[in-house]
Amino acid sequence: MQVLESRHVAKEVSSPEGTLTIVADVSFAVERGQSLAIVGPSGSGKSTLLAILAGLDLPTRGTVLLNGTELTALDEDGRARLRAGHVGFVFQSFHLVPSLTALENVLLPLELAGTDGAPARAREALDRVGLDARRRHYPRQLSGGEQQRVAIARAFVARPDLLFADEPTGNLDSATGARIAELLFEFNRELGTTLVLVTHEQTLARRCRRVLSLDAGRVVADVAGGA
Amino acid sequence: MIKALRFALVAFGRDVRSGELAVLFGALVVAVAALTAVGFFTSRVSQAIRAQAGEVLAGDLRLESGRSPSPRYEAEARSRGLAVAHLTSFPSVVYAGDVSQLATVFGADAAYPLRGQLKIAAVPYGSAHPVSGIPAPGEAWADSRLLARLAVPVGGRLRLGALSVRVTAVLDYRPDQGTGLADLAPTILINGADLARSELLGPGSRATWSLLYAGPPAAVDAYAAWLRTQKSAAERLTDAGESSEQMKSATERSGRFLNLAALVTVLLAAVAVAMAARRYASRRLDLVALLKSLGASQRFVLGTTLTELVLVGLCGAVAGTVLGFGAESGLAWLVRGLLKTELPPPSLLPAWLGLGTAATMLVGFALPPLLQLRRVPPARVLRHDLAPPPLRWGLPYLAAAGALAALLYALVRDPRLVGYAVGGLFASALVLGAAGTLLVRVTRSVRGGAGIAWRYGLANVARRGRESVVQIVAFGLSLTVLLLLALVRNDLIDEWQRSLPPGAPNHFLINIPPADAGPLAEFLTGHGVAAPVLAPWVRARLVAVNGVPMQARMPRSDRGRAFAEREQNLSWAEALPPDNRVVEGAWWQHPDPAQPQVSVATEFQEELGLKVGDRLGFDVAGESIVATVANVRKVRWDGFRPNFFLLFAPGVLDASTGTFMTSVHLDAAQRPALAELVRRFPSVTVIDVAALLGEVRRIMDRAAVAVEYVFGFTLVAGLAVLFAAIQSTRDERRYESAILRTLGASRRTVLYGVAAEFTALGLLSGVLAASAASAIGWLIASRLFGLHYAFDWTVWLGGLLAGALIVGVAGTFATRRVVQSSPMRSLRDA
Repeated sequence: MQVLESRHVAKEVSSPEGTLTIVADVSFAVERGQSLAIVGPSGSGKSTLLAILAGLDLPTRGTVLLNGTELTALDEDGRARLRAGHVGFVFQSFHLVPSLTALENVLLPLELAGTDGAPARAREALDRVGLDARRRHYPRQLSGGEQQRVAIARAFVARPDLLFADEPTGNLDSATGARIAELLFEFNRELGTTLVLVTHEQTLARRCRRVLSLDAGRVVADVAGGA
Repeated sequence: MIKALRFALVAFGRDVRSGELAVLFGALVVAVAALTAVGFFTSRVSQAIRAQAGEVLAGDLRLESGRSPSPRYEAEARSRGLAVAHLTSFPSVVYAGDVSQLATVFGADAAYPLRGQLKIAAVPYGSAHPVSGIPAPGEAWADSRLLARLAVPVGGRLRLGALSVRVTAVLDYRPDQGTGLADLAPTILINGADLARSELLGPGSRATWSLLYAGPPAAVDAYAAWLRTQKSAAERLTDAGESSEQMKSATERSGRFLNLAALVTVLLAAVAVAMAARRYASRRLDLVALLKSLGASQRFVLGTTLTELVLVGLCGAVAGTVLGFGAESGLAWLVRGLLKTELPPPSLLPAWLGLGTAATMLVGFALPPLLQLRRVPPARVLRHDLAPPPLRWGLPYLAAAGALAALLYALVRDPRLVGYAVGGLFASALVLGAAGTLLVRVTRSVRGGAGIAWRYGLANVARRGRESVVQIVAFGLSLTVLLLLALVRNDLIDEWQRSLPPGAPNHFLINIPPADAGPLAEFLTGHGVAAPVLAPWVRARLVAVNGVPMQARMPRSDRGRAFAEREQNLSWAEALPPDNRVVEGAWWQHPDPAQPQVSVATEFQEELGLKVGDRLGFDVAGESIVATVANVRKVRWDGFRPNFFLLFAPGVLDASTGTFMTSVHLDAAQRPALAELVRRFPSVTVIDVAALLGEVRRIMDRAAVAVEYVFGFTLVAGLAVLFAAIQSTRDERRYESAILRTLGASRRTVLYGVAAEFTALGLLSGVLAASAASAIGWLIASRLFGLHYAFDWTVWLGGLLAGALIVGVAGTFATRRVVQSSPMRSLRDA
């Protein structure tokens, strides 16, 4: 069953030099529970495609279906609602709220979705990433790897159908990055969460079941990964 | 919505703890505190001053009538809780044996005076002391002139019609003796119970019956409104506000100083609120993008933003009002003794005022940038350069400035003052913006030869372009105000007090026959008094305006009626007298006596609705003169020099039989000479204004202290703007310094660079602020307060130094933590 589908998605922006194509006619579908890596050189349109797939940005042309709902037909609030119930994020620069403790950061998506028993679930998620003891710590008191683990706990705490990760190991050393990648795939396996990640790192990409290569906004390869 | 509320509450608590809201909150508190303190204080003081100004009427309200007023008036006043006193006055000949003298007899009841106190002395022109009560039946208090002319000592007997009274004291001062230069006869005060026994108040007597009222301002106002609907046109009602030109002039000015201080404080605080809100909004961009990516709707973002704003507003209003109350008490303590009456008790009005100010400022200046948060693209979580569409500042801020101006107008009810303050600040901001842009461009080309710190600092000023201009405007505005404060304190207040120097005239001499003018001048100089300047003085009645008789165009107000019905004092002058300023038309150069011209004071012009070019018909001792209004003068009545509502060009009235008048300063040692003066020049009338002069001077001194105190708030508001401006580039600076330090720059180099940047910004703003302060200072002095203003080069020096020092030091100090924080952390947080 398809959880995400991109149909002829294109993104163009106007610049002083004329129209600039960032993403050009990208079509593919992702099955539930699958893991997909989007790879490509800098400026190939990976992050823009991720933003469009997650409904953070709109394509100039084409449609995106998320859980069968046409994301591109919804307004910003409609897309936000859909994300609240079904989508989680992990970012390269963690994006934790600096004034919230680790636990409060994990609580955020549950509070936004109005989920019952949020504190207990948040603690459970933190425990799952091995940081229950640090739950009262603020992001600045945590290392980069710990911050990313909190971000992963936050991404999975609402049990999303889909998790988008933008260079999740990009800011971490290789050992820490490997542990973070391990966590992501664990959740992917255990919860059946579909994983869509954008990365430069071949080792991480190869762990995905499928690898989509972009160049100049176009899909140049769509191959099975090593997983 | 509950979610948003809950989230907002948590976020608010967090932001308070982390200091995110400090500047916004601080600016709001300052504005609310200043406005509540000053607003409330001025209203309390103006009430009390009104009560004090009521001294000039001997009550808060005074009804004068040519007949005994209807008893209904008194009954109504008493039913409204007002105190009432009766005073009857009439001209009569007073006898001491065979010697007689025309005098004005005052018969008062025991309640007189309702405001102020009588002063009596033991001997003529002796030192006086305040006294309660009035002469007992059968007794009288006569003034020095009367006793001197009748050669009667204290203890002697006088006859008034059928009444014989014993003089028990010298009447030195009646609160309502006034300074109007009517044909003042010597006065004698007797007990009202003796009036009937004198048998002088028969039909045809020229008596004036006065009813004096006093009470709480609201009750007095309500009663005055009622009385205006009841009284006949011939009955004249005067309230304290229109009693004495001198007192009014002094209190109006002090009120204006205070209001100006409050206005500038609020406007500056608004700038600080706008800047702080802008920074707060820009720091929330990432959070909002994150919340949106996690599924928050625009409504949620809006709800949390508004809730936080309401919480900030409520807390700011409460804290500001509490601070305002405290400050107001301090202010009241400072001016203790200024007012003889107790200040009225505090009311809840300032609390509402505080809430209104906070709401207007937040909605007007903080809401626009915060509303933009709703439009933050969620994709910002992936691409940090994505921002909401730029805010169109013009319209919302213009609307906000309008709302604020309306609020300030409601408070001070002085459209000119509000106009000058709002317009002045707006114009200054525009000029500062334009000049700042130019100066920022100039810095691009001058940084070549400087050392690394200066090069880095100046490069930053140029590179930050728009932000630098905003900072220059903000620094410039706060420096302008700081310099203005220095100017106002040192120049305006001094100048104002100088307008009433220790040697200011304290006696008016009127009715000086031309034949006595020379000998009188000799007499005065012989007693060590400076040679007096004699002003010609003619009594005349205004009979027509543009050929229309006054009966056909009688003004509505009592004061206007008085101008139209009573004889006026005219004088003539070749040059514009000191204390006078032409506000319409032009002063005459070589006037042609065949084309009579007249200059009118603004009070006269306003009450009678006159304009330059109108032809005024006068009856001067039976002779008809038609003169054209050549100009309108604003007169400073608190200078205590002879001034006239009507001044003719020379050559017109010279032939009319007139007298002269003058004003002189007599110190305590010279006062006894007055007794001799009155004997030698019996037709000359001496009016003692020393008491009034003292009152006006006291108001000035105390008000100056109050103004400086209130300007303390303006200073804080100026510093809030300064702080907000420094904060506005703090995040950027943190990142930059981290990069520089990562590249090998020492802390010291980075700190010197920051210091160089702030010093450069301070110098630029200082130069601009000095220009703005000089221009505004001149405008305030000449237009608002009618004072002479001298340009002062030290302001420029002060501007440069203050700019470099205050902005340089404060900026460097405030950002030193940014520079000192670990580059690793700064880069990670970026």
